Amino acid sequence: MRKTLLWVACLTIFIAGCTRKESSVIRIKGSDTEVNLVQRLAEGFMEKNPKLSIAVTGGGSGVGISALINSETDIANSSRLMKEEELKKAKENGINPIATVFGLDRLAIIINSSLMIGSLTIETLGKIYRGEITNYKELGGADLAIILYGRTSASGTYLYFRETAVKGDYSPNMKQMIGTSQIVEAVKRDPGGIGYVGIGYLKSAEGIKEIKIAKDKDSPYISPLEKGYPLERKLYQYTNGEPSSNIASFISFELSEEGQRIVAEEGFYPVQ
Amino acid sequence: MRRLKEKAIHLILFLTAISSVFLILGIFALLLTEGLKTFRDVSVMSFLFGIRWNPEAYGQPSYGILSMVFSTFLVTSCAIIIAGPLGVAVAAYISEGAPHKARDIIKGAIEILAGIPSVAIGFVGIVLVGPLITKVFGISGLSGLNGGILLAIMALPTIISVSEDSLRAVPKSYKEASFALGASKWETLTKTVLPAAFSGICAGVVLGIGRAIGETMTVLMVTGNSLSIPKSIFDPLRTMTATIALELGEVAKGTTHYYAIFGIGAILFIISLATNLIAEHISIKMRVKVE
Repeated sequence: MRKTLLWVACLTIFIAGCTRKESSVIRIKGSDTEVNLVQRLAEGFMEKNPKLSIAVTGGGSGVGISALINSETDIANSSRLMKEEELKKAKENGINPIATVFGLDRLAIIINSSLMIGSLTIETLGKIYRGEITNYKELGGADLAIILYGRTSASGTYLYFRETAVKGDYSPNMKQMIGTSQIVEAVKRDPGGIGYVGIGYLKSAEGIKEIKIAKDKDSPYISPLEKGYPLERKLYQYTNGEPSSNIASFISFELSEEGQRIVAEEGFYPVQ
Repeated sequence: MRRLKEKAIHLILFLTAISSVFLILGIFALLLTEGLKTFRDVSVMSFLFGIRWNPEAYGQPSYGILSMVFSTFLVTSCAIIIAGPLGVAVAAYISEGAPHKARDIIKGAIEILAGIPSVAIGFVGIVLVGPLITKVFGISGLSGLNGGILLAIMALPTIISVSEDSLRAVPKSYKEASFALGASKWETLTKTVLPAAFSGICAGVVLGIGRAIGETMTVLMVTGNSLSIPKSIFDPLRTMTATIALELGEVAKGTTHYYAIFGIGAILFIISLATNLIAEHISIKMRVKVE
């Protein structure tokens, strides 16, 4: 009898654990470009609001958006706007995605620091990533095969870079890495490596260097650390409907002066 | 009352046992029904024999899986070429030549090896095997070869333990007869014991192949995942398992891309089912032969 009671108690606790609805945990999921930044923002926020806890995970913008559509996350980090099909899918599931811009990112093109290439136009970059230029000697460098590093199609960066620079399909020879830090690691180890990463990743990296980019032949070459860099994009967070209660207070923290200072500290750029 | 209880227990145990069968059937049915929907938009030929996999294309999407099927077989063959001879040699040593203490240590080590999480092995591949490959072959470390080497490590425990069992199952009288004819230890091993245990060893190798084909995380981390068809093991490549793991998380439900991923899953299921059946068949044959 006592055993049965114990079982019932266990079961009750288990069921109660599964059905918590109004929780004090905010779930955030998505973009790998944003994951470290949002983690830092969450830490800053939790210091001030110790009762709330925030769980931040990566996986790529597509993963976050798909989680939002399936109500598996409260906020979806995304480094791109939602696609037509995703919006349609969200509507079918009764989700109303609202985007907030909380920072700006510049997409840095990195190469192994042993390479003598310093600047490229977006057009040349497109040729490299479409697989039309395959050797650094075609760019006036050493006779060395270009090894392309990029992200998988789950990544917002993959799509952003394809739309703005590649303007075609990526070369099938591009190595598709699971996360941005993997690209940094790989380019560091690979003498012929080239990759694209969010600017926040430049900060802590040795063995790689960033390339100056020009919009076209007649424009100046600009480093990703300077104003006017052509590969700049917005960092979004999607919520279901206008953010409310805890989620709203977290987002307004991100947009506050303190939040935007963290954005800058992490190597991104504040929203004007 | 007591008989009723016995009967009830019997029934419960039967149901738990049969549930695994239903689970397998259920998984296969799911993979198949979802996978078959691919063919509403893609022809069977262009799915199975298309070289290009690019479902989220800039222009026209394509759903050919040939390149990743080939990649899977390439990496697996590389792993088995390394792990097969090595595994059989280790098994022969621990079952025939090793002193007790050495055998205990080696067997313990192999058990630990079997328990290492695949992510940890993938990590070793990135920081250790990759740079080593770059140094020796002058190619990028993230390549099929790296995956093959790591999969060999992961297939070793399976190959060793199954081979060792079958070497042990060789009747003592065979060896005694061989020694009586004046054969040395080496001759006995290569000419009597190994041939007698041959089908068991084959079963071990086939199970090792199954292990290597199904492995996901390790290859995902070290093979570079590029979509082109590899010309050799030194090229980067992307296996079937890696594609499923990389793309299922972000794909919108109900799209052709979604169904095509299930299609890959169904084909993977058939391949691993086939390898298991082959291994089973071989080991049954072995039992009959030895008896």
